[in-house]
Amino acid sequence: MVESEFAQLKERFDYLSARQSADHSAVNCPADKLVEFFTVLRDDLGYDLLVDVTAVDWDAQSPRFTGIYHLLSTTKHEYLRIAADCENDIKPSLPSLCGVFAAANWHERETYDLMGIHYDGHPDLRRILMWDEYPYHPLRKDFPLAGIEVPLPADDVAEATGVAVLPAPMMGGPFVSSADGPMSQTEPSARDESWTEQEEKPTE
Amino acid sequence: MATTTKEVSIGDLGARSSAHETELQGETMALNVGPSHPTTHGVLRLKMQLDGDVVKSCDPVLGYLHRGDEKIAENMTYNQFVPYTDRLDYLAPLANNVAYAMAVEKLAKLEVPERCEAIRVLCCELARVSSHLLGVGVYGMDAGAWTVFMYTFTEREKLYTLFEELTGARFTTSYTRIGGVARDIPDGWLGRVLEFCKGVLPVLDQVDKLLTRNRIFMDRTVGIGAISKEDAIAYGLTGPNLRACGIDLDLRKDKPYLGYEKFDFEVPVGTTGDCYDRYLMRAEEIRQSVSIIRQCIDQFPEGSYYAEDAKKIFAPQKAKVLTSMEELIQNFMIVTEGPQIPAGEVYFEAENPKGALGFFIVSKGGGVPYRLKIRGPSFCNLSILDKLIPGHYLTDITVILGSLDFVMGECDR
Repeated sequence: MVESEFAQLKERFDYLSARQSADHSAVNCPADKLVEFFTVLRDDLGYDLLVDVTAVDWDAQSPRFTGIYHLLSTTKHEYLRIAADCENDIKPSLPSLCGVFAAANWHERETYDLMGIHYDGHPDLRRILMWDEYPYHPLRKDFPLAGIEVPLPADDVAEATGVAVLPAPMMGGPFVSSADGPMSQTEPSARDESWTEQEEKPTE
Repeated sequence: MATTTKEVSIGDLGARSSAHETELQGETMALNVGPSHPTTHGVLRLKMQLDGDVVKSCDPVLGYLHRGDEKIAENMTYNQFVPYTDRLDYLAPLANNVAYAMAVEKLAKLEVPERCEAIRVLCCELARVSSHLLGVGVYGMDAGAWTVFMYTFTEREKLYTLFEELTGARFTTSYTRIGGVARDIPDGWLGRVLEFCKGVLPVLDQVDKLLTRNRIFMDRTVGIGAISKEDAIAYGLTGPNLRACGIDLDLRKDKPYLGYEKFDFEVPVGTTGDCYDRYLMRAEEIRQSVSIIRQCIDQFPEGSYYAEDAKKIFAPQKAKVLTSMEELIQNFMIVTEGPQIPAGEVYFEAENPKGALGFFIVSKGGGVPYRLKIRGPSFCNLSILDKLIPGHYLTDITVILGSLDFVMGECDR
């Protein structure tokens, strides 16, 4: 099933390549062909529901960012995953699909907000979950879990109270683990730079 | 008795007010609703431009409940993330637990025993009943019918007692584990679920009598907030909101999981996609869920409530950990390293009460996901607001928002 679906697509679009997947059909598509490919998928092949748009940050690898799309056919009831690598690792960008699927609007805003991928041709590319002035893209792998200190979004409140948005305290938990590295680093433990086995807990 | 008539002229006053109105015509007023407002059912904020009573434009502002769940998921083992899924759609935590566990199990290519599947079906359907009871009750309240809320909340309370008995918590259930559920069902619990089913149907009839042919309710909802089939699909709506528009898409029927194909149930589909249709969908889905629950209990399988052969995924029984060396090591490895899930990419969607809740997981192997993306149905269902709301009267906004039945917990994540 998965094989034949890909063979059919490949016959029509020679720029596609197969993508490893643990479940649904999945293809890699060059970024500049996305709009054309999605229009055909929607109009001719029945993949009419854009269920999800997201991206993955591969950290040290290049290409560093991959945009991931999931489509569902409301008639065939099959999913299709499309992945598109961003050519530029520093300023990643992908074409916007807002013209093909209205649903892409908010999904692309979210991915731009959290992952920092610029969607060219998006009518209204603003942050959606973080506030407009927020300077970072928190889902990138180089952004720390605890967060980074930034000014409060409301200037007047910040001036009157002297309060800023602070990183979360990490001492004594939460117990966090990471996907990469040797077991000594991956096993769940409290992460706090100011309080380790070598250094004493700072006294107030 | 003689009557005297006195002539009063109001001409000037009337003329002045209409001249004043012409002057104001076309002038818009900015109106901000939320983020803390009873209409918005949470912390949604709407920035609107009004021309008189008519909304000209609407800009939804989200993010007031953003907690960075996806970032958190990348920093903990698979089982540690289960409690965070409670807080996505916090009106149906059991259904979220199940959807998450199934996504990870799909990546691990792990099959759970029949009994575990049956327990999970009960979890999903009870969560659906609970969520829709709230959805319908609060919706009635939004439209001005307070009484319905009292009836449905009494029933929902009984459900929460059942959840407490099953999971130990009323609200934040955290019931599933990768490869099974936390514990088996308590003795006599199935009987109490059946008792609840028996009690909830007459209440649904009451709600039906109070709302379905209620003149005021119909005046407020029929033809209001209608979404066309094309728009519903273009904006990626799912769940009852999509089906109200006349599109027959229910993942339980169309991409069956948990053995839903064994149950005999109907998927209600609407015609006009207006607020009234969305109410009808939810009311009928409660009845269908009750029917699924009864069928499930009728042939409740015996066996294990977790995958016994998944030694690297499901932590062993406490009693065995304390008495046997092998289980002790197994428990230690699962706690320190997390359930061992192979590398790969997987996307799984479950039909939750609010729509399709999806998890996209990228694993590089080991106990921690490399990337976990949550597709919250409320996020997609709300994305249609800036198209749907303009052109409606301000008073209709309450009803439209209520009929979409969203939860900001899964929208903002």
